Amino acid sequence: MTTDTLQELTRRPYAAGFVSAVEADTFPPGLNEDVIRALSEKKGEPPFLLEWRLKSYRHWLTLREPTWQAVTYKSIDYQAISYYSAPKFKPKKDSLDEVDPEILRTYEKLGIPLVEQQRLQNVAVDAVFDSVSVATTFKDKLAKAGVIFCSFSEAVREHPELLRKYLGSVVPHSDNFFAALNSAVFSDGSFVYIPKGVRCPMELSTYFRINAAETGQFERTLIVADEGSYVSYLEGCTAPQRDTNQLHAAVVELVALKGATIKYSTVQNWYPGDAEGKGGIYNFVTKRGIAHERAKISWTQVETGSAITWKYPSVILKGDDSVGEFYSVALTNNLQQADTGTKMVHLGKNTRSTIVSKGISAGRGQNTYRGLVKVLKSAENARNYTQCDSLLLGDKCGAHTVPYIEVKNASAQVEHEASTSKIGEDQLFYCRQRGISQEDAVSMIVNGFCRQVFKELPMEFAVEAQKLLGVSLEGSVG
Amino acid sequence: MALLSVRNLHARVGDKDILKGIDLEVGAGEVHAIMGPNGSGKSTLASVLAGRDAYEVTKGEVLLDGKSLLELAPEARAAEGVFLAFQYPVEIPGVGNLHFLRTALNAQRRVKGLEELDAMDFLQMAKEKSKLVQLDAAFMNRSVNEGFSGGEKKRNEIFQMAVLEPRLAILDETDSGLDIDALRTVAGGVNGLRSPQRAMVVITHYQRLLDYIVPDKVHVMASGRIIRSGGRELALELEEKGYGWLGLQDGKGAATKGGEARR
Ligand SMILES: Nc1ncnc2c1ncn2[C@@H]1O[C@H](COP(=O)(O)OP(=O)(O)OP(=O)(O)O)[C@@H](O)[C@H]1O
Ligand SMILES: [Mg+2]
Repeated sequence: MTTDTLQELTRRPYAAGFVSAVEADTFPPGLNEDVIRALSEKKGEPPFLLEWRLKSYRHWLTLREPTWQAVTYKSIDYQAISYYSAPKFKPKKDSLDEVDPEILRTYEKLGIPLVEQQRLQNVAVDAVFDSVSVATTFKDKLAKAGVIFCSFSEAVREHPELLRKYLGSVVPHSDNFFAALNSAVFSDGSFVYIPKGVRCPMELSTYFRINAAETGQFERTLIVADEGSYVSYLEGCTAPQRDTNQLHAAVVELVALKGATIKYSTVQNWYPGDAEGKGGIYNFVTKRGIAHERAKISWTQVETGSAITWKYPSVILKGDDSVGEFYSVALTNNLQQADTGTKMVHLGKNTRSTIVSKGISAGRGQNTYRGLVKVLKSAENARNYTQCDSLLLGDKCGAHTVPYIEVKNASAQVEHEASTSKIGEDQLFYCRQRGISQEDAVSMIVNGFCRQVFKELPMEFAVEAQKLLGVSLEGSVG
Repeated sequence: MALLSVRNLHARVGDKDILKGIDLEVGAGEVHAIMGPNGSGKSTLASVLAGRDAYEVTKGEVLLDGKSLLELAPEARAAEGVFLAFQYPVEIPGVGNLHFLRTALNAQRRVKGLEELDAMDFLQMAKEKSKLVQLDAAFMNRSVNEGFSGGEKKRNEIFQMAVLEPRLAILDETDSGLDIDALRTVAGGVNGLRSPQRAMVVITHYQRLLDYIVPDKVHVMASGRIIRSGGRELALELEEKGYGWLGLQDGKGAATKGGEARR
């Protein structure tokens, strides 16, 4: 296949790239302690939280932006970003009737009709629009099960004791440059608490949407699964198409107490920038979970968007017999860059971790898997299995695998497999000979490549992920 | 009018000429066999008919029911009814065999303006057709050709043909790598698909296949040309005498100048 066809096929508009006409209350750009105070006051936060923010901010000032990752970008001017933007109506979460219809329309365009969701599907949705959470569906049903699922701001007001106990307990405010920044200025996000022994009666889901220009999105998610409980959580992300880069620096903390299971799935489709690499989201995210005794944390991610994706959802396997999993599909097309992977830190005995990473590079996309498997002395009989596969579409893209393995206990079994392949002309011709169009063939082959990961996603989202992948690639091949 | 007409077809890869003037007419209901030494261009002919874009057609024409194929993309030719059973079927990891085939069938049906088959109807139909080549149900849900043995891959090709019901089927060495029982099964499957509306071109090195799939005509290809055509007995003669008999070095395609041996 010629490069021309390749380029033609990979050129495809970003479907979620519209801007909604919602009046917003936005801070002027800039960051200092006063901005943080104003932010905290706007949100009516208790003093402990303001203190925590300020502490994080002061620490952040002492840090430097990291440079070890295999991505390149122009340095970010943190004074040019607005740290708060909220739709102007007063967001009340009890009823969708009170949500600005324009926002509801936005979600509808994105294929997330909240009203529909509420009626038809067994998925509770919290939607975060710019900095503020606008609607949480299914509140009542969840409340009956004792499940708390609300915006972070609401949790600050309604459940300060839980927040105080767990906020920063997995990702400390000082963890890294972007986590510190987030801790200082986080605007909203989701909070989940599943009580002891409760199996959450439905999938929980958050949709993040950046609408306003020149704003950053700094949301925080905190999920606490109490002993023996189960929850499956999904986040989805989109943003309008803009020429400038926007920063998304989120923090996600998961706490799986004894015997609990948290399944966390991400379908990330932030605006990737145009074919020349102009615009797009910088997706710099810190995600980590602590698994206590017999607990299980499973991360599944499908990363198709963003100009730069840089994240390592990790599991600290603290308790004996705990399990950590990481299933990832990362796709880079045009000038997208992704440096993603995971850290599995084995502390407890008989801890097990599985890593399956599928990287797809098309156009001039660069894809790096970076992973750390660390087995500490205390981790008797730890096991890890890592599989990293890369698929190249064309000859201008790149795939890189950087596995770090540190083993301090001789009883550990650590296995690593890696492969790199190219979508072959023969595979494509085979499909086309049977009548399948070139675009569908590529999407089918890529989906096949990702199957191991997709089967970890909840059904509805697996379908969505497959479509997304098709859309993000459409026929790119070399 | 013949179902397939190939006229003075020339094709090349880069600056290497491979097909140097092929003429071939196959009528509806007929089965033609193409034999010839390794490297003579048999698979190339099959690929060019199916529209593989690695090959550049420099001269000539290909008509299916009088309609020119050469301008059409491979998938459009498939929808017109061209089917190629590959000499080396391709593996597609992670893509279920049935899913693949249903996608293919529905793509073709869409082009023809027919309604797509839903999963249930398709499954039923596929099960029925799989009996033809005795392909075990276990293969249906495995990834396309992944981990299939050589013989299983070939059976899978014929199974696909049975589902897609082409007008023109080109079978490229479908017999190679088959044990005797499998050969019988596959040949039985192919015979089951012979029909007055369908034409078949069977590429093979072995006369034996033609005992099972009895051809109406046999063509011998060498150096990118058809140097001899005849009835079934031509295959028997070849088996007996080797290609040397046609003025070709046995096993090599390049010995003659086409003109001499050509009738
Ligand atoms: N893509 C290609 N690039 C370069 N040369 C090619 C290509 N395809 C075919 N050829 C050459 O064209 C000639 C014919 O090949 P082809 O595969 O058509 O032969 P064949 O008759 O099918 O042989 P066999 O009986 O071994 O299957 C060979 O010399 C082969 O090397
Ligand atoms: Mg061949």
